[in-house]
Amino acid sequence: MVALGLLALAAVLLVALTLWRRRSPGSLRLIEAYERLNRSVGLAVESGTRLHISLGRGNLFTTRAGSALAGLAMLRRLTERTSLSDRPPVVTSGDASLAILSQDTLQSGYRAAGAEDQYRFTTGRLTGLTPFSYAAGTVSTIHDESVSANIFIGDFGAESALLAEASDRENTSLIAASDNLSAQSIFYASSQEPLIGEELFAAGAYVGAGASHEASLNVQDILRWLIILAIIIGSVLKFGSSL
Amino acid sequence: MRIFTAAIAIAAGFIVLLGYFFPAQLESLRFLLIDWAILIAGMAVLVGIFNLVAVQMEKIRTRQKGGTYGVILIVSLFITFVFGLVLGPDHPYMRLTMDAIIIPVEASLMAILAVTLIYASIRLLRRRVDVMSVLFLVVAVVFLIAILPTPFGPLLGERGNQALVDFLGMFSHGGTRGLLIGIALGTLLTGLRVLFGIDRPYGGN
Repeated sequence: MVALGLLALAAVLLVALTLWRRRSPGSLRLIEAYERLNRSVGLAVESGTRLHISLGRGNLFTTRAGSALAGLAMLRRLTERTSLSDRPPVVTSGDASLAILSQDTLQSGYRAAGAEDQYRFTTGRLTGLTPFSYAAGTVSTIHDESVSANIFIGDFGAESALLAEASDRENTSLIAASDNLSAQSIFYASSQEPLIGEELFAAGAYVGAGASHEASLNVQDILRWLIILAIIIGSVLKFGSSL
Repeated sequence: MRIFTAAIAIAAGFIVLLGYFFPAQLESLRFLLIDWAILIAGMAVLVGIFNLVAVQMEKIRTRQKGGTYGVILIVSLFITFVFGLVLGPDHPYMRLTMDAIIIPVEASLMAILAVTLIYASIRLLRRRVDVMSVLFLVVAVVFLIAILPTPFGPLLGERGNQALVDFLGMFSHGGTRGLLIGIALGTLLTGLRVLFGIDRPYGGN
């Protein structure tokens, strides 16, 4: 019942704060990686290069789906913003369902920007179904497709080192975040401005995906404080009972 | 049509979610919906492979860089697919394909990965010189030394090594839990946005 209560609280807060954020948009703290992302988007449109967005291997039937869905929300916004570019963004993933969703998201992004004729289903790609085949397929995209920025957001494993290395070899910008701790440590070592932990889920808010994304960050903050309070109270009670 | 698909997706999502909290009333319906979703995901793999072939065909047709690899991929895929259908996945030849080609290739990539990771660690200080980067590297090196197998046993002795691993684990476990709590909250909110139809990756907003 605690879980249901937490869920209901989060839902109520999300709806209330979304309505509030629609009236008064908040200001977000500076995250260097997202600043770089926004710069890279502008640069890609101006220089006629491509953005490469990789959504990882997050299976939608597992708890890893959250990071993939956050990546899709960001993709939708990036597609709208780059719809005028000569070279459309290319999206790779290592899960078939995720690849189909990425195609759908690309299409709806172009539709929202009034440029549906620009959409090509081959820009949303499944590059492999195992970690290393996915990495091998994605590395060739990084090398061969005039990519100026690589954005890796989703569930990755150790194979992310190969992707980061390929990005580094091509001298392209790397913006990377994962829900997987191994991938986080790899991205920490390989990217200029690493994104740690839940910063992955802030992607939508930082690319201007709307009030609900900003509200999500507020709700996360509120819930985090509640968890901190619960941990402190629990520790004090345990310490008290042991005396 | 888009509203209809969104309504179906949202209703299915709510039933599956509530099925966790009210198993007596909704469990059978939850399992039925999950079974359907698994079937659809199975078909999605075939669609994904079609997409993979289409991308490679386009590369070959337009004579893009890496087109030769595309030919190799399509031919290998076709041969494996046909043999898999005719012989079945448990046939010795099919197993040989796995044992003699796929596993060695993946093992080679794993070896490259090890070198890549070391290289990335070395370059970390060139990329960013700050306290956290230095700490990150020092802890990684100390931990590697502690678990390094030597002909004489652990470098710091059994107890010394265990004490070091426990000491580092005290910080890393705390940090891990903090990160995982943050990720869990992010996942929860992302899921709620999809459930409420605010984010619709399945048919456009």
